[in-house]
Amino acid sequence: MTQLWDFSGGVHPAEHKQLSTRRSIQAAGIPGQLVLPLQQHIGEPAEPVVAIGDQVLKGQKIADVSGGMGVPVHAPTSGVIESIGDFPVPHPSGMADKCIILKPDGKDEWCKRYPISDYRKLDRDQILDIIHSAGISGMGGAGFPTHIKLKPSRDRKVDTLILNGAECEPYITADDMTMRERADEVVSGLKVMAWILRPERCVIGIEDNKPEAATALRKAVQGTQIEIAVIPTKYPSGGEKQLIQILTGMEVPSGGIPADIGVMCQNVGTAVAVARAVFEDTPLVSRVVTLTGEALEKPGNFDVLLGTPVDYVLERAGLQPELVSRLILGGPMMGYTLTTTAVPVIKTSNCIIAATASELPAPPPEQACIRCGQCAEVCPMELLPQQLFWHAKAAEFEKAEHLNLFDCIECGACSYVCPSSIPLVQYYRYAKGEIRVQRAEQLKADRARERFEARQHRLEREQQDKELRRKERAKAAAEAQAKQKVEAEKAAACGEAVDKRAASSALVEQALARKKASSEAAQSRAATPVESEPEKPDIDALEKQLAQAQSKLETMQTMLEDARAQQADNVEKLERAVTKNHDRVKRAEEALAEARKSLASQTESQSIE
Amino acid sequence: MWTGILIAVLVLLGLALVFGGLLGFASERFRVEGNPLVEQIDAVLPQTQCGQCGFPGCRPYAESIAEGGAINKCPPGGESTIKALADLLDVEPQPLDAEHGVEQAKRVAVIREDECIGCTKCIQACPVDAILGAAKHMHTVIESECTGCDLCVEPCPVDCIDMITIEPDIRAWTWTPPAATIIATDRQEVSS
Repeated sequence: MTQLWDFSGGVHPAEHKQLSTRRSIQAAGIPGQLVLPLQQHIGEPAEPVVAIGDQVLKGQKIADVSGGMGVPVHAPTSGVIESIGDFPVPHPSGMADKCIILKPDGKDEWCKRYPISDYRKLDRDQILDIIHSAGISGMGGAGFPTHIKLKPSRDRKVDTLILNGAECEPYITADDMTMRERADEVVSGLKVMAWILRPERCVIGIEDNKPEAATALRKAVQGTQIEIAVIPTKYPSGGEKQLIQILTGMEVPSGGIPADIGVMCQNVGTAVAVARAVFEDTPLVSRVVTLTGEALEKPGNFDVLLGTPVDYVLERAGLQPELVSRLILGGPMMGYTLTTTAVPVIKTSNCIIAATASELPAPPPEQACIRCGQCAEVCPMELLPQQLFWHAKAAEFEKAEHLNLFDCIECGACSYVCPSSIPLVQYYRYAKGEIRVQRAEQLKADRARERFEARQHRLEREQQDKELRRKERAKAAAEAQAKQKVEAEKAAACGEAVDKRAASSALVEQALARKKASSEAAQSRAATPVESEPEKPDIDALEKQLAQAQSKLETMQTMLEDARAQQADNVEKLERAVTKNHDRVKRAEEALAEARKSLASQTESQSIE
Repeated sequence: MWTGILIAVLVLLGLALVFGGLLGFASERFRVEGNPLVEQIDAVLPQTQCGQCGFPGCRPYAESIAEGGAINKCPPGGESTIKALADLLDVEPQPLDAEHGVEQAKRVAVIREDECIGCTKCIQACPVDAILGAAKHMHTVIESECTGCDLCVEPCPVDCIDMITIEPDIRAWTWTPPAATIIATDRQEVSS
């Protein structure tokens, strides 16, 4: 007998499980259209690897992740990709997200599969790769990519592997039926995971309200060391942290993960998916969904292809539209109300409740908190729900965070017992969301500040460089000037040496006179060319220009001809360039002719003179 | 008796000198460079660097606040920033000064790329280097780095920059607080 511990708090809501356990799991069939969201897991969304109009086979990868956190999406049946775009997805916001729409052809034709007979011959990383490429993410509700969870960091050795079959939330029986009918797959999936992690202990935790499942699993684990632990029914014993506490007596530290205390928890549905991925090479293309509620004629568990619209499965379960007052995705404690039935079933959808008005009446209006303290008594995380509520309502998020708001598992036990029917969990979710938004904004602001300061530094540096260069130029100019001066002085000194004996005044005069003369000569020299010399070099230059322009024109023309011959697409551009060059040649010719004419007239006038 | 008083006075004087010296040494040895309050204020500001407050960037505005300037000149931060500043400085929060603009939803600049002539004017205007491009080549905004400050819109000679309000998407969505209803009959619709 496995030793069991207890966790504090918890509630005992009416179970309503027998509604959906009367029938065995049925196949839901292939609907007329499948809507496959690209993000059905925690992490990055997958990217489509198919195009509209592509023919795909069952099990073919239609969206993949390039790295980081995420899992691929596969075609649940064979068919044609109809469109890729935004469609409503199951999300509490009721918003749309990117989806691939698949139109099934009805053949349900599998792509080529390569099952593995003995996974022990493979590398552990190879098995993890198989799990990743099969698109498996946690099927208990959160949807954390399984291959990442199964690879804890090196310094975290997993001693205890727990398979979570507690399924504590009312109404849901998907895991219960899976364990009853697919016990062998559950156990073989667990064995694969155990082989990857090499734990010292493997436990399957089942609540005592599922005796059939426990019996089936006991039979399946015969001859292995896997323990079956039947735990007392209490909500939320199926919460990861609570189940760990019940089975090991250890608490997951605040803000930590179970691997920190050497424990890992996996869902039974995930185990089945792993078994199928390894032994049948079947990716995650369907899941067991509980369809329950008093507004259904034939409630039960269905094996539903991922992407099947909710209205299709509801119809299969015999929906009586006149009776439905609320549609809930997930359980009554943690699920959310669906605003439309057009959303698809995804990897994390475990239950759809079609409730009548008397079954799940709309919550009565919120009343003032009377500080009865019942919420604190039932809180499985031993938080102070009342205090958290005050702070969340007053938007004092820092104080709420200080009271460990982020340890709240949003199980809803506090809201369930609240005599004032305060929607406590919604307040906590709101506060958590606000804190996350604020954190993200702070991060962005810090980055903006860094970038702004880096830019300021850069501008300053550029300014300094400019200043430095300007100074250097000024210095160089000054040096050149000084050099000239020195040379001039040297020249003057040379003159001095020649006329050594002459009187200094005469010397100065002479120097002055020489300088004057030289400057005059320079002036006359400068003046004469202004009158007579401009044409000659001008004509040379013009001739050169003309020759250049002509050669350019020629090359352009040959290029154009080549382009025309090859029918290249730059013909038009080249034509434009050729006309431009034509103009240029013309202009050069005209300028040359003009210059020649003026030269001729000048020489004429000179000869006349 | 006088000696007693004298001793007491001397002892106190000695203590005063010793502690005074200690404090003086400590204030020199552990001097804080710059004004730490400016850092704290700067951390609260949204860092859009938009200059709507009349200062060239968030830090100069933080410096002015530290010197006793008004705390209600930052439209991108809005009410929440004013509240945070009021908390930090222990002053009364004031409503946003409309002279400097109004609080708007978060926006990003988007360049209509086929109209861009590659003049680099917006690149020079961007305070956080969030625009990418080169002379005579198309420019584009790095959306994740854009603070939505508006400063690039004005210099664009062909008016090809739009300020787009960021639409809420499924990944940025968060839960709203429950709507408060006071009494049960509040929820019933009026029927006559």
